[in-house]
Amino acid sequence: MSAQDRSAGLERAAATTIHRLPNARWRRPEALFWLLPVAAFFLFPGYLVLGSQVLITGLFAVSLDLILGYAGIVSLGHAAFFGVGAYTAGLLAAHGWGEPLSGLAAAATAAGAAGFAASFLVMRGQDLARLMVTLGIGLMLYEAANRAAFVTGGVDGLSGVTMWKLLGLFEFDLGGRTAYLYGLAVLFAIFVLLRRLVNSPFGLSLRGIREGGRRMPAIGASVRRREIAIFTVSAAVAGVAGALLAQTTQFVGLDTLGFQRSAELLIMLVLGGAGRLYGALIGAAAFILAQDYLSGMNPVYWQFWIGLLLVAVVLFARGGILGGLSAATRRIAGRAP
Amino acid sequence: MKRANIHAAIAGVALAAAAAGAAAQGAIRIGVIAEFSGPFAEYGRQMQNGIKTYMKQHGDTVAGRKIEILFKDTTGPAPDVAKRLAQELVTRDKVDFLAGFGLTPNALAAAPVATQAKVPMVIMNAASSVITTRSPYVVRVSMTLPQVTAPLAQWAAKNGIRKVYTLVADYAPGIDAEEAFRKAFAAAGGEVVDSVRVPLKNPEFAPFIQRIKDTRPEAVFIFVPAGEQSIAFMKGFNERGLAQAGIRLIATGDLTDDAVLDAIGEVSLGVITTFHYSAAHDSPENKAFLKTYAEVSGPQVRPNFMAVAAYDGMAAIYEVVKKLDGRIDADRAIEILKGFKTASPRGPIAIDPQTRDIVQTVYVRRVQKIGGEYYNVEFDRYPNVRDPGK
Amino acid sequence: MLTSFAGVLFDGIAYGSLLFLISVGLSVTMGLMNFINLAHGAFAMLGGYLAVALMNNAGVPFLACLPLAFLGAAAAGVVLERLLFRRLYEASHLDQVLFSIGLTFMAIAGASYVWGPGQQPVRLPDFLRGQVHAAGLDLGAYRLFLIALVVAIAGALGLFVARTRFGAQVRAAVDDRHAAAGLGIHVDRVFCLTFALGSGLAGLGGALGIDVLGLDPVFPVKYLVYFLLVVTVGGTGTIKGPLVAALLLGVFDVAGKYYVPQVGAFVIYTLMVLMLILFPAGLYGRRA
Repeated sequence: MSAQDRSAGLERAAATTIHRLPNARWRRPEALFWLLPVAAFFLFPGYLVLGSQVLITGLFAVSLDLILGYAGIVSLGHAAFFGVGAYTAGLLAAHGWGEPLSGLAAAATAAGAAGFAASFLVMRGQDLARLMVTLGIGLMLYEAANRAAFVTGGVDGLSGVTMWKLLGLFEFDLGGRTAYLYGLAVLFAIFVLLRRLVNSPFGLSLRGIREGGRRMPAIGASVRRREIAIFTVSAAVAGVAGALLAQTTQFVGLDTLGFQRSAELLIMLVLGGAGRLYGALIGAAAFILAQDYLSGMNPVYWQFWIGLLLVAVVLFARGGILGGLSAATRRIAGRAP
Repeated sequence: MKRANIHAAIAGVALAAAAAGAAAQGAIRIGVIAEFSGPFAEYGRQMQNGIKTYMKQHGDTVAGRKIEILFKDTTGPAPDVAKRLAQELVTRDKVDFLAGFGLTPNALAAAPVATQAKVPMVIMNAASSVITTRSPYVVRVSMTLPQVTAPLAQWAAKNGIRKVYTLVADYAPGIDAEEAFRKAFAAAGGEVVDSVRVPLKNPEFAPFIQRIKDTRPEAVFIFVPAGEQSIAFMKGFNERGLAQAGIRLIATGDLTDDAVLDAIGEVSLGVITTFHYSAAHDSPENKAFLKTYAEVSGPQVRPNFMAVAAYDGMAAIYEVVKKLDGRIDADRAIEILKGFKTASPRGPIAIDPQTRDIVQTVYVRRVQKIGGEYYNVEFDRYPNVRDPGK
Repeated sequence: MLTSFAGVLFDGIAYGSLLFLISVGLSVTMGLMNFINLAHGAFAMLGGYLAVALMNNAGVPFLACLPLAFLGAAAAGVVLERLLFRRLYEASHLDQVLFSIGLTFMAIAGASYVWGPGQQPVRLPDFLRGQVHAAGLDLGAYRLFLIALVVAIAGALGLFVARTRFGAQVRAAVDDRHAAAGLGIHVDRVFCLTFALGSGLAGLGGALGIDVLGLDPVFPVKYLVYFLLVVTVGGTGTIKGPLVAALLLGVFDVAGKYYVPQVGAFVIYTLMVLMLILFPAGLYGRRA
């Protein structure tokens, strides 16, 4: 190949790979996206309880995206922080302090502290060892919560979580209206903050860690400190999600800490597309809605189809739903004159 | 002409109203929330078959209204899902009754929904004492763990067993069973020499069984989740020669659950348990139940206590509908349920009006081989046992 | 005191050897193909169900079922490796984790559909039941059989890897895949056969383990933690690693439950976290 051909080829390659610097301005599709849950509130009044669980799980998935999609840490034990947040908020309310917002703050603090402590263990070792440590932490916490049944209620769960009125005005009703709007407001507020975070230089450095962690010190960026920071933030957000669940369902079960919750979260994130924050929300919504719809039909086969879907996504559609969508739009945009 | 039109219009409207009224009379809906997939899928399957058996025997119409069952899957211990399903059944599907509940956390999470929406909730399996205290609309037709454990302790003390070693799984039901046994056994004059709580997901019983062998009690009381835990324990118990060493194995009937007894096989022979239902119970009601159950589920599946509880739950609901003539009002329904009595396939049962919990006969049984299959054969009984916790 | 300690040691070794048998395939696969295969338990489950089907439906004696379970699982391994796994050798670890989780779910649902959700019964031949009295101890006959079998297999594997040409090819490919290919070794074939061997051993372990670990459709997920534990602590790519790790974990788990049952469950997880802090690449692993 001649030098001319080679440079022409490089130019073409440069033209087709679009490298965009993170742009913190809100784009139109994003605004439209956030109108969807608001519209759902009015269009589907009978499904608001399901809707709040979608929102809560979406927040939980976003927290996992921070460490998985942006910093490249694979975790099979993220439910540990979800559970810490849930139990903190639940215990607070069960022992007399039922104010919702302060409960969220307490949960975020507790879960963040747990995340900070755990991050020192998780940061050692490579992929598999890290996976095992996260798994081990999740399992140990589950067993500890089971043991401390006199505090947590163990397998029977923590009941008696009575919440006061939200902002002194809105009671948590049977139809789930207050819970839904509460969850949506919290999700949106945290999402805005996180979006700012991942589009900041700090967020860029996380992507650098994911792509080539070993080269980061060459540009003077401390990998360890950033990983610890993002792990703590992620744990705190997971804790808020857990607290939301405890407050809106007025119950905390041991399953909030369980392995199944961590594994399902991973699946949701991958289905939706990791590394874009929105993928987490889409994946959570798709998974939960599909599960609700399909399990009504035949519960046994749900597991088979989700397994098949997972295999198909990995083989053919890496990048999940959002990845597929953006690839499609890019192809369409590429074809336009 | 115009008057005729108006008359026709009024007649039309009246007809439509009557039709709407009749449609509003429609079906009585029962929302059954249970586990149909995952590791507890057997619970839901048994309950569903029990319900179908009752409806096959007694038809699906009561007091002129059709009975419609909505089955919802919680997939396992998932209290947030159970609560959501209860909320949806109550607000969207407008069910008249909630029923099912194979696991305690799911029942506990859903109980406030019954209170808030004023819907009677019939517990068909979950066995923790506290459940009926969580809502004035909760009624239980299954059993509680202390209810079947206390008679075991009394029987053991009466039959010369003075020193018992307890082994339970380290979770709430296990701890409840340990506590109930200890209390009742001490009251009957026996002594629990030592106790151990095994981890919930424990695959290896060898060290624990060795400890028991070293301590040499007269009997071992165990409570572990039914399934591979109970099988592994009994195999280990036999293999290590504890039976030969004269140590007896006593437990609640969860250990020798009818649905898994054949899978356990001959290591279960001679194990003594107390429980409220055995498929080998000799009564005309049970014979009819077994026959119809086989028609509904196929010959491979043996009904267990969950199927019978679901069967009796339906009997209770049918009685309520009949007595209220199809017009369901939650408070009146609960009043009727409080006085409910029937001859169940397990024996006579009644609902205690004070606690809304079940009162029934607890049988002492031994595992024997009958016609190539293993059954719990009853040889003693304790009638009218209430839940000791309340 | 000493007899009970010896008894505990024996039980721990038996338990550990079963774990080793199932996990060794995973360790070699991970070291060789750099592929995190969380579906490994499904091969063990397949071996178990094959053995059960043969014993209960075709009346095949227990001992004869064991090699058949091995072959069946190995065959499944070959088929899956050719069709699916080899596409993902270059993929990220996350993709591999998700793919294998998906496969596991499908296996669980399939087993549930065919055999139902309950436990499978197994009837051991009489000479393998009961206890054997040796050296003042009561040793379980089946556990003795397990240990003997695993010692034989481990020895055979070690010889195989160290002394045969194929073993040398495997070692070369584990060390550096591309250099081995450059030397003319059919790396594809090595992968395929090694994967088959690993899956076959898992199947054998699954069949042997029915009496000890039970068999139901959720087997792969239930014991996944233990398999991963063995491989992580032992280090990937070797046979010695998982052997030592499995024995260690087995003994500590059993000893922990015997001597301090109050914290029995924590022992194994705490041990794992400790080992990973001290040896991030496993006991015999190589730092990448």
